[in-house]
Amino acid sequence: MLKIKDLRVSVEDTEILKGVNLEIKPGEVHAIMGPNGSGKSTLGFVLAGKDDYEVTSGSVEYQGQDLLDLSPDERARDGVFLGFQYPVEIPGVSNSNFLKMIINSIRKSRGQEELDALAMLKLLKEKLASLGMDTNMLKRSLNDGFSGGEKKRNEILQMAVLDPKLAILDETDSGLDIDALKVVSDGVNSMRSPDRSFLIITHYQRLLNYIVPDFVHVLVDGKIVKSGDKSLALELEDKGYDWVKKESSEVMA
Amino acid sequence: MSDSMQTLEKHTQSEYKYGWSSDIEMDIIPKGLSEEVVRMISAKKKEPKWLLDWRLEAYAKWKTMKEPNWAKLNIAPISYQDIIYYAAPKKQKKLNSLDEADPELLKTFERLGIPLDERKVLAGVAVDAVIDSVSVTTTFKKKLGELGIIFCSFSEAVQEHPELVREYLGSVVPQNDNYFAALNSAVFSDGSFCYIPKGVRCPMELSTYFRINAANTGQFERTLIVAEDDSYVSYLEGCTAPMRDENQLHAAVVEIYAKERAFVKYSTVQNWYPGDKDGKGGVYNFVTKRGLCNGFRSRISWTQVETGSAITWKYPSCILKGNESIGEFYSIAVTNNYQQADTGTKMIHLGKNTKSTIISKGISAGKSHNTYRGLVKIGKKADNARNFSECDSLLMGDRCGAHTFPYIEIENQSGKVEHEATTSKIGADQMFYCTQRGLSVEDAINLIVNGYCKEVFNELPMEFAVEAQKLLEISLEGSVG
Ligand SMILES: Nc1ncnc2c1ncn2[C@@H]1O[C@H](COP(=O)(O)OP(=O)(O)OP(=O)(O)O)[C@@H](O)[C@H]1O
Ligand SMILES: [Mg+2]
Repeated sequence: MLKIKDLRVSVEDTEILKGVNLEIKPGEVHAIMGPNGSGKSTLGFVLAGKDDYEVTSGSVEYQGQDLLDLSPDERARDGVFLGFQYPVEIPGVSNSNFLKMIINSIRKSRGQEELDALAMLKLLKEKLASLGMDTNMLKRSLNDGFSGGEKKRNEILQMAVLDPKLAILDETDSGLDIDALKVVSDGVNSMRSPDRSFLIITHYQRLLNYIVPDFVHVLVDGKIVKSGDKSLALELEDKGYDWVKKESSEVMA
Repeated sequence: MSDSMQTLEKHTQSEYKYGWSSDIEMDIIPKGLSEEVVRMISAKKKEPKWLLDWRLEAYAKWKTMKEPNWAKLNIAPISYQDIIYYAAPKKQKKLNSLDEADPELLKTFERLGIPLDERKVLAGVAVDAVIDSVSVTTTFKKKLGELGIIFCSFSEAVQEHPELVREYLGSVVPQNDNYFAALNSAVFSDGSFCYIPKGVRCPMELSTYFRINAANTGQFERTLIVAEDDSYVSYLEGCTAPMRDENQLHAAVVEIYAKERAFVKYSTVQNWYPGDKDGKGGVYNFVTKRGLCNGFRSRISWTQVETGSAITWKYPSCILKGNESIGEFYSIAVTNNYQQADTGTKMIHLGKNTKSTIISKGISAGKSHNTYRGLVKIGKKADNARNFSECDSLLMGDRCGAHTFPYIEIENQSGKVEHEATTSKIGADQMFYCTQRGLSVEDAINLIVNGYCKEVFNELPMEFAVEAQKLLEISLEGSVG
């Protein structure tokens, strides 16, 4: 599905990712943890194609093609979804209008027919209900004045309707209360399938009790310094990041 | 530049090939302006003496006036003696069917969603081929007549309802109000007249079905709307279809007179030829628009979407004289390439408990300049007057400019004026968010811009709003990315 090889990325001449290697196979769930500022969001943005990030070396292969060659909208249409750590507000654009546009634009690119108003409403209502969201959310301006938790649920709603192949969720659990965390995790779990992969960025081991990952990676200072299974998350919770930092510098030495 | 921008420019520039030609005999008088010319215009229109005298008075005043000094406008001097001040409505070379029209032009009409019948007229198909729209027109005229509503050309009103015209002409915009209003008063060609009797709610948007016929009223247009007590009318001016005109200078005057509890809603979509991408040859649009809320709770609401013209200079205003009267101004002004717009409003609070709202959305792209200039004045006797102003500017790219000049004059301390202004660039984060969800760059821009303009679109009559939205998309095509 996704093969990242020795990826180096700079922003304004500062190197942020310093040689990341990662392979995600179809159906796998990978979690990335790491201290603030270590480059987790940067990795998500680069995979989704954000402008400001300059790839200085390395490669990313996605479904057999060079991902870095594609524009953000092409990546999205090929099934890459990024749930934003800070979802963007767009005043004056209703959430329902936005959802309709993105659903139909993705459907069109897949050669499917556009949904008519009725089918659209049915789909949206169904997904809203499964995420415990009020239909009022559809009328409001996109993310405009949404609470932190509402924004995150709205990201999951978009993921659910777009049916991506690779979902990158950047701290979707931050800002969620316990109940919301459960609902969102159920949403993700119900979408797990042999041909869909997840890259989940989080600070909290708690989330990984709900969404059980196949692999956990620790990103420190732009590099993956340790990988393991879900028990690694528990260990991190216990010992903190200093432990991996120390261990990795010993390895380097 | 995108294909459709080129298309727009191509057909707005094309000379005669597809029926924009004017090689048909015309009834014109020599160029230049003099008392003689004013007399000739009046005589050709068979006007009563009082109107001729009124024009001459205006001409005399105009001669003593000076052209305004353009603060933010970069403008080539206008030679007033090189202008032809009277030409009978020009006839276009008629086509037999739409098949003969410029296919590029037709494509634009289709994209704008202009109804088929109107497309024919706009493309210059012989009018008698458009039976539907003509019969629709007559049906509506009949219905209006039954309600006592007068809606006709200005010239017709002068002949048929001289007492009304005489009473209200110049009552809101005096002859010497400004340089261009004085010029218009002396030489105005034609325009529209609208009278809504007491207690009548006009049941349809005026001019939806007539706007084609009104399209050829020439460069010095005059509109007068009178709304008696407790009446209501929604009036639409302009057309989203690109309008080409050889007349470089347009100086229109619009007067609205609203009496007690009358509500007049005036919506404009202006899409005059903006000039080529180097800024050559566009229309100069200098308009004086003013409404007088003369009675208790009179209300006048201006909504405008401006995308055309090389230079636009326009401040639809409200004089809030009646107690508790209400003035509103909702505006979207888009400039691209070398266009310059200097628009805004004046809200003059004279009565007690008067209220005004100003929502202005400027969008600048290319190397254009977009200026908002607004005056809120609260007079001595205007106790508890309230104003709320919101002026937002959106920049697309970094070679364009936006300027905001709010002027506030308060002579009564109980007044309350709130002003908010923002300037933003079309957000890279917003763009990325939209494209990450699979929208193309163009779709993302349209979505964000439409969201930004939402408050103003909401004020437009439904079908007009849809056309205006598409017009905005076309105007901004190729401006980012
Ligand atoms: N557009 C940018 N301009 C300048 N610096 C940036 C930009 N984006 C990221 N950085 C810097 O890159 C580093 C990594 O940032 P990133 O957001 O990827 O961290 P993170 O691991 O997601 O942190 P957190 O856990 O706090 O979300 C930080 O030092 C950040 O300041
Ligand atoms: Mg982050």
